[in-house]
Amino acid sequence: MTSGKTSFGLGRAVSSLALSLAAALTTALPAFAQEAPAAPSALATGAANGAAQASGAGSYTPMAPTPGIGMPVDGGIGLQEQFSKVGEYGHAIHHGLLWVIGLITLFVLLLLVIVAVRFNRRSNPIASKTSHNTLLEVVWTLLPVLILVGIAVPSIDLIAKQYKPAPKDALTIKVTGNQWFWTYGYPDNGDFEVISNMLNVPDAPVINNGVREVGSQPWDGPSQLEVDNRMVVPVGEPIRLQITAADVIHSFAIPSLWFKLDAVPGRINEKVLVIEKPGVYYGQCSELCGVKHAYMPIAIEALPRDKYNAWVLTHAGGEIDGQDKPAPATAAPVPTADASEAPVVDATAEAE
Amino acid sequence: MATTADHFQAHPEDHSHHDHDHKPAFFARWFMSTNHKDIGTMYLIFAIFAGIVGGLFSGMMRVELAEPGIQYLDTFATWFGAVNPDFNSTLHTWNVLITAHGLIMVFFMVMPAIIGGFGNWFVPLMIGAPDMAFPRMNNVSFWLTFFGFISLLFSAFVPGGTGNGAGTGWTVYAPLSTSGSPGPAVDFGIFALHLAGAGSITGAINFITTILNMRAPGMTLHKMPLFVWSVLVTAFLLLLSLPVLAAAITMLLTDRNFGTTFFDASGGGDPVLYQHLFWFFGHPEVYIMILPGFGIISQIVSTFSKKPVFGYLGMAYAMVAIGVVGFIVWAHHMYATGLSVNTKMYFTAATMVIAVPTGVKIFSWIATMWGGSIEFKSPMVWAIGFIFLFTVGGVTGVVLANGGVDDVLHDTYYVVAHFHYVLSLGAVTALFAGFYYWFPKMSGRMHSEFLSHVHFWVFFVGVNMIFFPMHFLGLQGMPRRYPDYADAYTQWNHVATIGYMVMAASLVVWFINIIYAFTAGKRAADNYWGEGATTLEWTLSSPPPFHQFETLPVIGETAHH
Ligand code: HEM
Ligand SMILES: [Cu+2]
Ligand SMILES: [Cu+2]
Repeated sequence: MTSGKTSFGLGRAVSSLALSLAAALTTALPAFAQEAPAAPSALATGAANGAAQASGAGSYTPMAPTPGIGMPVDGGIGLQEQFSKVGEYGHAIHHGLLWVIGLITLFVLLLLVIVAVRFNRRSNPIASKTSHNTLLEVVWTLLPVLILVGIAVPSIDLIAKQYKPAPKDALTIKVTGNQWFWTYGYPDNGDFEVISNMLNVPDAPVINNGVREVGSQPWDGPSQLEVDNRMVVPVGEPIRLQITAADVIHSFAIPSLWFKLDAVPGRINEKVLVIEKPGVYYGQCSELCGVKHAYMPIAIEALPRDKYNAWVLTHAGGEIDGQDKPAPATAAPVPTADASEAPVVDATAEAE
Repeated sequence: MATTADHFQAHPEDHSHHDHDHKPAFFARWFMSTNHKDIGTMYLIFAIFAGIVGGLFSGMMRVELAEPGIQYLDTFATWFGAVNPDFNSTLHTWNVLITAHGLIMVFFMVMPAIIGGFGNWFVPLMIGAPDMAFPRMNNVSFWLTFFGFISLLFSAFVPGGTGNGAGTGWTVYAPLSTSGSPGPAVDFGIFALHLAGAGSITGAINFITTILNMRAPGMTLHKMPLFVWSVLVTAFLLLLSLPVLAAAITMLLTDRNFGTTFFDASGGGDPVLYQHLFWFFGHPEVYIMILPGFGIISQIVSTFSKKPVFGYLGMAYAMVAIGVVGFIVWAHHMYATGLSVNTKMYFTAATMVIAVPTGVKIFSWIATMWGGSIEFKSPMVWAIGFIFLFTVGGVTGVVLANGGVDDVLHDTYYVVAHFHYVLSLGAVTALFAGFYYWFPKMSGRMHSEFLSHVHFWVFFVGVNMIFFPMHFLGLQGMPRRYPDYADAYTQWNHVATIGYMVMAASLVVWFINIIYAFTAGKRAADNYWGEGATTLEWTLSSPPPFHQFETLPVIGETAHH
């Protein structure tokens, strides 16, 4: 949820304008931003999820998403509910911006109405000849400057927060965009790879041969958004996402996690993701990448550490950090976090 | 207003020593034209035609988007020459539509209409010049643009990889536009941009030379009408930004055909470099499309308020400031590409600066009306509509300027809503305002005020229905350039499609109005808008003589202050 969370990151933003902005944004205006229905406190999970507790070798049943969470809602008019600290902060800033731009627009509209009523030919037959007012001109130049400074302070702070580099021990996941699916590599967990395809839609042309239809499993989310193999991650931990592409540019975007970063061939873009709540979060490719650009969604499933570990162990070669390997089937070398075959490393994460 | 023509009498000579203007025969007049008014007319007719094509493409997109799933694209694919299209070439047709729509509207509708059309017609008239500085080059500019359009249309019927036509988006990002799109379609699309770009560069040189050298005696820069100022600033933007685009797309061509790897990482190049080059052009480009509109609105607001423009110098230099700052904000289109954090912060701050001169313009227009004696004639209604709609588009620009907020909005329908509010509702509204303002001057016939007002209101309702809900779709995360979407996005897409029908109906009213003017419209007087209209074009007949100002008008000392 968004209100009341503005303390995050505003500590250093001390200008009074920034504070008034923050004050404005704590009052959510229902007409402006529709909140998705609140998440039930108990997590809705797949029926057979308890089986994941089985010891030793991995086990995993996909989680059923909560309707309206991590996905668009029918006829929605506001931002999706956020599930990361950065997202909550960004959402709050957007609320503030909405107030500012809404009031500016209404102010302009009001002036236009006043002008039309008071200064039309009938009510004001003789036009004045005023064409100058230095004070007025200075005011309407400086006032916007002040408003913009008030916006810029939290806004720049938000950027700084977003690009805080990952802690050294953060879990690294390598995301690769392909025409037209995503692959997720887990170098810290034995370097297995997950290939993620959109589920086919019943009664529509086949998007991915050999992939099942959406709705054929109880845990399937909305059509167009659900995939056969989700990107599973541990909840509450910083995850270092290293994003690249194999062919053309794609963009890895999940609206409810305030995350969007292009997948550019020949580069690795890096950004940290911390998901606050277990759940399934959907996103879609956000850079035109050819004919099936609309058919390569992203589904992230955030699980508690133990369930995440159990999921890891369902993969051949999957292994857990600092734990004994249950079945060292293949002698996979343990790669370092930043090992990569891509030629250009673009470290977007700079120290502040 | 910058100039008053108090001291200038319309030419008695026009009637005394020529019985008629000497107009060349049909072919020489329209195909070898060197007359700025004829070339302006050709640009306007061309832009209307291109606008119809681009508008049909957007109609095809809107019907496809009315519901989730793919309903009509396979039919559309056959229109571009596909026989029994498979699913991939069906989807490719979508990308061809969005690409062609964007390129046509930008390069072959808005720019030719607002610069080539109104600029050609009224810059010489407003500065008291007999013609443009380089009349033959003016002709070359038009035909380059024309053949650019032909090249773009042609590209839709030749292979572009997964189907016929170029499916790269109007931004033509590499490597989708290089290794990602085999076949000649993208080459023809790029060539279209080369031709249109060359046409615009020669046009820009022509405008700069004309404005700097051919002003009537007494018309100092600070007495020029604001429309002329706006075209001058625009011409400089064109001259400085288009060569960068030309370089970028030439590199695309060599990457595609001659084995270079400017934008190919596997050969040491960088796809992101293309985006820097494109947007170094692209951001000035968006102001190229709107600045002449600013100029038109200033003329109209002053005319119908019967007041001089408020803060004339501030208005002129706000446009200069927008032009200058417009060159240092380009990467706000690239926040998601993986810019370094400091770069992102810089571009956030720099982009916000642009909102300041933009605000000055809005407030000065309102201050011009304040205290006026406003007549709500057709151009004025459109101009007031412009001020409001442009404000809505401008404020969402301020939201997008924030690099941290753009992370969730970039490449969603929110951006689509933003740029359509400033372009389809801003620039196009300014075009219609200018059209109703000057149509009788150009044609000699009055249009129907009633139909013009009907046109405005139906258009206003239609475009807001199309584009306002796109803010909601974008905030909810719907990505742009998608032919198909999750069910949750259905309602607002449906509303937008209905809005399209309303908007299209308003255009029918417009066409009827034009037909009415030519068949039953009253003859237009020299100055049919009356006392508020003070620039030089109102001292001439409607339509003006084939060659005007054979004796240069002299601008009096009347201060504009
Ligand atoms: C207050 C002034 C403005 C600001 C701060 C602003 C800011 C922005 C930003 C940050 C974007 C990038 C959004 C994204 O892709 O994520 C954008 C996109 C765009 N803007 Fe503006 N803008 C302003 C005015 C205008 C005007 C006057 C026009 C044209 C008349 C315009 C046309 C566009 C277009 C065409 C795009 C999208 C280009 C594309 O990706 O295809 N903007 N604007
Ligand atoms: Cu894509
Ligand atoms: Cu821009």
